[in-house]
Amino acid sequence: MPESMVEVAKVTKVYQRGKQKIEVLHGLDLDIPKGDFVALMGPSGSGKTTLLNLIGGLDQPTSGEVRVGGSRIDQLGSGELARWRAHNVGFVFQFYNLMPVLTAERNVELPLLLTKLSSAQRRKNVAVALEVVGLADRAKHKPRELSGGQEQRVAIARALVSDPQLLVCDEPTGDLDRKTADEILGLLQVLNREHGKTIVIVTHDPKAAEFARRILHLEKGQLLEQARAA
Amino acid sequence: MTKSGFVIANLFRKRTRTILTLLSVITAFLLFGLLQSVNTIFSAGADFVGATRLIVQARVSFTSPLPISMLPKLEAVPGVARVGYSQWFGGVWQENTPLIMFSIDPLRHHDIYPEYVMPEGEWQAFANTRTGMIAGKMVAEQYGWKLGQKIPISSNIFPQKNGSKAWSFDLVGIFDGKDENWKKRTNIVYVQHDYFDEANQFGMKGRTNFFILRLTDSARAEATARTVDAMFENSPDETKTQTEKDFNISFVKQIGDIGLIVRWILFAVFFTLLLVVGNTMAQSVRERIPELAVLKTLGFSDRSVLGFVLAEAFALCLAGGLVGLSLASLAGAMVEKGTGGQFQLHLDGSVWLLGALAIVLMSVAVGLLPGLRARRLRIVDALAGH
Repeated sequence: MPESMVEVAKVTKVYQRGKQKIEVLHGLDLDIPKGDFVALMGPSGSGKTTLLNLIGGLDQPTSGEVRVGGSRIDQLGSGELARWRAHNVGFVFQFYNLMPVLTAERNVELPLLLTKLSSAQRRKNVAVALEVVGLADRAKHKPRELSGGQEQRVAIARALVSDPQLLVCDEPTGDLDRKTADEILGLLQVLNREHGKTIVIVTHDPKAAEFARRILHLEKGQLLEQARAA
Repeated sequence: MTKSGFVIANLFRKRTRTILTLLSVITAFLLFGLLQSVNTIFSAGADFVGATRLIVQARVSFTSPLPISMLPKLEAVPGVARVGYSQWFGGVWQENTPLIMFSIDPLRHHDIYPEYVMPEGEWQAFANTRTGMIAGKMVAEQYGWKLGQKIPISSNIFPQKNGSKAWSFDLVGIFDGKDENWKKRTNIVYVQHDYFDEANQFGMKGRTNFFILRLTDSARAEATARTVDAMFENSPDETKTQTEKDFNISFVKQIGDIGLIVRWILFAVFFTLLLVVGNTMAQSVRERIPELAVLKTLGFSDRSVLGFVLAEAFALCLAGGLVGLSLASLAGAMVEKGTGGQFQLHLDGSVWLLGALAIVLMSVAVGLLPGLRARRLRIVDALAGH
């Protein structure tokens, strides 16, 4: 049986909005083995992003366990969780979320400021990451000088540069046209197949989900079925 | 890239706004530097003067002259080594350049102020020349006066007996200071009191603005001052006796409490600056809530994010503060040069130290609230745009 990268057990998540309590996830269980590429699908409000945030250590469950790479991240304090994120997980967002004041290479270097790597080593790692996403020639460009697809590649390079085993991507192609979206998803596929990264993406787009090895459907905070992509 | 590089890059995301804010900080610190120097001159300037001399003036005001006949009584006070006197002349060089000019008794003054250095021959010439005048080196150099020259001076107070305010004196000596502090005080001109006393039209014969007492022991300054004032109590010429340093301070305070005025101006300047820079910082943080959330997502701790915002505030205040204080230094030096050293507006260490303190306090004041907001930011809410 393959080793688990993500284990979610009996997780509930309740948000307080004013006086109202909204339970978004209801005792959810999920297991994602190492090296898997999972697409989370479901209607708006089904809890996809909430689940992704819990897996990425951006939020804490109300109850239940979240174990990633063997660590119980639901038990970590905010400082420990920040350190854990820096070393174990890479994030890709729908709107890229690059720092507009920094060039592509500086954006990619940003997570490395949290490491003890020398400046030369950081530059080397950045160059490799940009090479992997095919943007070595755009290293000195600022985000506004890049296309949407290129910006997302920079974001992927930033997610990769500290060599995390897990990549979580929230609608990574939601802001891109079909052709560019397919290129980005193809890149994620390469990272999964050739570099062994475990990838979890949230998407509304069935075509995007087809790039994953598995598609999980969420509805009203519960996992409905597991389908294997083509 | 370093963390400081990231901070600086963030500062210049809105170049125009940052430059304008920086200009306000520079202006505030330029004003701070200059006003604080003025304050220093007026309130703490002559520490080196010490308490070896007392100044006796009329209790009402030094503009009410005291009779020189008090001199023997003053000389008899225990602890007084020598007594001199001086009278404000109101001298004006050429059209409208005011001079710090007094009429004095030359030999008494020589004994009382050993800090002024001049060849004995010149002191004697001053004592023996009725129309004699001696000038500090600083003044002489500024106006190009040479020994033996006749110097035309007008007085804006005292006309001669013929009604003319134009006086003429013979420059018989040029004195220097014994050390750096006293060299800076050679911006004074002295003339013979006897000549002034006889020649002026006002008929204030035998009177003078101040007596200067040189003490045998500075530790007894306070007791001697009390003795002097007690001696003339209930007489027509009641006195007010104080150390030379206190006298200098109270002299300049006649035009107002400079320290208080300076403090109020600076308070207004810094309060406005606080609003300007505080608003810039708050706006800057508000605009990039999602970016700050991304930083936290990447693994920067809450404390690091607070640190980034505080560092931005500090960088802004530090850059503006250093440029402002340097400009104040430059402007002060220019004023000092332009006035031939008469207005010594230089920024000393204490002004720079206060400036550094102001930079730190200002950074914390403008950076703390936006920084705490950034620190408290919840990643999921910020990314979702809540």
